[in-house]
Amino acid sequence: MTPLVTLIIICVYLGLLLTLGMLASRLFTGTKTDYQLASHSIGPFLLLMSLFGTTMTAFALVGSSGEAYKEGIGVYGMLASSSGIIHSLCFFVIGVKLWSLGKKNGYSTQIQFFRDRLDSDGIGLLLFPILVGLVIPYLLIGVISSGVVIQSMTAGAFPNVEAFNTGVPATAGGVPKWLGALVVCIVVLIYVFFGGMRGTAWANAFQTLIFMVLGVVTFCVIAFKLGGQDSLLANLQELGRNIPEDKATRVDMSRTKFFTYLLVPLSVGMFPHLFQHWLTAKSAKTFKVPVVMHPIFIMIVWVPCVLIGVWATTGLVPTPPPLPSNPNAILPFLVKRLTDPVLGGFLTAGILAAIMSSLDSQFLCIGTMFSNDIVGHYAGHDRYDDRTQVYITRGFIIGIVAVTYALSRAEPRSVFALGIWCFSGFASLFPLVFAALYWRGLTKAGAYASVLTTIATWFYLFRQSEYGVNRTYTLEVTLGSATYELMPVAAIFAASTVALLVVSLVTPKPSEATLAKFFG
Amino acid sequence: MNYVVWILIVVLLVLHQDNWNWDSDYLVFGFMPIGLFYHACISIAAGVVWFMSTKFCWPDEMEATEEPTT
Repeated sequence: MTPLVTLIIICVYLGLLLTLGMLASRLFTGTKTDYQLASHSIGPFLLLMSLFGTTMTAFALVGSSGEAYKEGIGVYGMLASSSGIIHSLCFFVIGVKLWSLGKKNGYSTQIQFFRDRLDSDGIGLLLFPILVGLVIPYLLIGVISSGVVIQSMTAGAFPNVEAFNTGVPATAGGVPKWLGALVVCIVVLIYVFFGGMRGTAWANAFQTLIFMVLGVVTFCVIAFKLGGQDSLLANLQELGRNIPEDKATRVDMSRTKFFTYLLVPLSVGMFPHLFQHWLTAKSAKTFKVPVVMHPIFIMIVWVPCVLIGVWATTGLVPTPPPLPSNPNAILPFLVKRLTDPVLGGFLTAGILAAIMSSLDSQFLCIGTMFSNDIVGHYAGHDRYDDRTQVYITRGFIIGIVAVTYALSRAEPRSVFALGIWCFSGFASLFPLVFAALYWRGLTKAGAYASVLTTIATWFYLFRQSEYGVNRTYTLEVTLGSATYELMPVAAIFAASTVALLVVSLVTPKPSEATLAKFFG
Repeated sequence: MNYVVWILIVVLLVLHQDNWNWDSDYLVFGFMPIGLFYHACISIAAGVVWFMSTKFCWPDEMEATEEPTT
């Protein structure tokens, strides 16, 4: 009976999200700008929550504890504190400026900006498949993970349903993966379909609050259960004393790999779904709160999760059953093992919140790109009225959700290895957006060279990593007797930057009229 | 002041490397590994520096953005 409680809590949570999406749709004015950009009406709090919710995927809860379990506390510096500095840098240096240009020139997508800035139709055709291609693995990870999480957390809810019996104790009798993922896709589709960007922003804010609060609650409950002491501080100290030395330090971590990881969060500067969120801001000042609070929010979510991950290595976790071999299963395992089904249900809701708060923006963004950059651009933006363009965007969103779900059914295992490669690809396009905003000398040919070099270098290194199968793949540079490990993004980023600079310096500059529009 | 803030951001990036706590397993408050505590402080410091950036480096001219005419 008890796993049913978990399932009921998940269902109530999904129902609340649907209600929120429907409420947001009541404010919908019927225009394309309202559907895609919430009529530039989003204030500081909603912008903070939606940007944070979108950048923090399921990885923030499940992956952070899993990586800490595997690598130790160093993952916080590598993935979290670096993002606190770099993400806000991107919001400030790239986001505010793009918001201003987007509002002035009526952009809804990155490609509209690049086409205009570089006076080139072809750059849109080149960027479109790359941006969509880099977002799709990201979407797949979310959809597949949602099915896995729901199945493992509801295991035992339906012991007598033959179709739900997997034969594995950890998942037997749980809602099947295909069904859990399907329900999540439908819920996201409904609130994005009806609520558009406003519904997405509201849902993101709600979901971000949920996963932040539940992360902290889970931390306290697990500390009490594992530590076995009377007070929270005594429990924390007992757990701290038991952390193995290699997990409490970074002795096994490469210093140069740690350093070059700083480039990965620059991906935020080129995420198409964040571009769209930036454009929803009411004013430039709206960005101030997200710029300041983003690093603090990252800390609130990540520190407890990293500590839980290293606690799992202490030997204080009661066994049997043995700890799962998959590090990403550590947090759900501890919650299920140490807490009651009610907290299990809430934590599942928190994990789903983190997943869905990224999925919704990505679905909406790809639908908007198809609608504006392909249909609108080639058929003519004036050919259809606003209402029809909203229907076109919605039609594409349905198509993308359907395609993503269908692809997820194939359960491509390698897609999880693609995560870091997608981020590296986006990060290596950062020089392009930075130069487009701040360097008058950027030329159309320089932009093409940068994008093509990024693709070529990315693909070469991706192949070297056995298409992501070698998850610890790094570049090794030998200087004298020392060998230094570098993240692949360092090489791709450097190649992209050099190509952009060299080709721009030797090719014809943009017209004065174009430059005046962007630097006037 | 503008330059001070940008220099502080560069300093943050340098401090982020944190070679000095690399091998230390000292527990702050008896429970938090120093490497994690230090980086949590970096997150707070990032919030403070970005707050300064919004005070002293904010591009106020961006507010004057006009709506598209089409």
